[in-house]
Amino acid sequence: MRCRVCRESAVINLPRHNIAFCKACFCNFVHTQVTRGIKAQQMFTKDDRILVAVSGGKDSLTLWEILLSLGYRADAVYVDLGIGDYSIRSRQKVQNFADKVTQTHDATLHIHTVREEAGVGVKELANLVHRPTCSACGTIKRYQFNHVALEQNYDVMATGHNLDDEAARLLGNVLHWQTEYLEKQTPVLPASIDGFAKKVKPLYRLTEREIAAYAVINRIDYIIEECPMAKGSKMLMYKDALNRLETESPGTKQSFYWKFLEQQAKKGTTTIVDRDRAQLHPCPTCGQPTSAEVCSYCKLLAKAKMATSDC
Amino acid sequence: MIVHLTNPDSTITIQGPKQVRQLLQDLNLIPEANLVIRGDELVTEDTFLDDLDTIEIRSVISGG
Ligand code: SF4
Ligand SMILES: [Zn+2]
Ligand SMILES: [Zn+2]
Repeated sequence: MRCRVCRESAVINLPRHNIAFCKACFCNFVHTQVTRGIKAQQMFTKDDRILVAVSGGKDSLTLWEILLSLGYRADAVYVDLGIGDYSIRSRQKVQNFADKVTQTHDATLHIHTVREEAGVGVKELANLVHRPTCSACGTIKRYQFNHVALEQNYDVMATGHNLDDEAARLLGNVLHWQTEYLEKQTPVLPASIDGFAKKVKPLYRLTEREIAAYAVINRIDYIIEECPMAKGSKMLMYKDALNRLETESPGTKQSFYWKFLEQQAKKGTTTIVDRDRAQLHPCPTCGQPTSAEVCSYCKLLAKAKMATSDC
Repeated sequence: MIVHLTNPDSTITIQGPKQVRQLLQDLNLIPEANLVIRGDELVTEDTFLDDLDTIEIRSVISGG
């Protein structure tokens, strides 16, 4: 197979574009897709300070690398969840990567350690309050990412969500007709209210396979193993179903998600902003916006403190 | 050839020569969910692999 652009020998073919690329032309393709997404969705400019949420996985480390390569001002934040060896290894990957990129770029890595604040890791914390680990984990990560973004005055928070993530989530929401979640499934969520950072997903135009290929070509040393809590997740099932459809009919994932986005764009984001402003108020304990009396993060930590003092 | 798989972690030996496309099919793996790496370089589906190659089939799907 030859590269469509320069006729060198190809390292990857992309059935959804009916195209094959050599290493250099593939990296150009990836950069172009990310730039196109950033501009089309008005995510940020070269003047903005961006905070990338990193986990040690391929998507987030690749996102950080691409933004720095493209000349954006990007720092990163990592939340150490305290999930046994998995967290130890993923933290090491993030630290090694940060050590490498900071040699050539002006960038900073922030780390929040759940065990330092809560006294236990996220699994034990979830057990204490009788919640599924992933649900407690989601609350903590969302809170901490937003917290660091606001405290350190970042203009925008970026996550490594890719086309497969978004298409799978859309499939899950549509299968259950969870229409209230659909409007939040866009690559940009505005800072609707004081206390919420603007959130963006610059990799939404790239598949997981393309991002992993970019990581392999650029020797980005990410953690290949999965968080042990992800085993058997619904997301994996939806992704598998979509990849089977994609194999039979290349382009299915992108047309599913992108056409959804076209429809959402016609509606605009005013409803999210209006609703957030009408429903949210600052949490009396921490100040982050919430629709409840106390925000879910403060509730989680308070319950965990009560449970540990009971024993 | 020695083939290392990442999901779940395992190592198997396969008789070469074999085309990447055929290797994935034999193992019942979808190209869209995997990358095939020879040594430390990516290879496309039409590449022929032989007995002396060390191959990694890396799953690219994450569930978090
Ligand atoms: S799989 Fe669950 S516990 Fe693991 S990082 Fe993801 S949300 Fe957190
Ligand atoms: Zn080329
Ligand atoms: Zn709070």
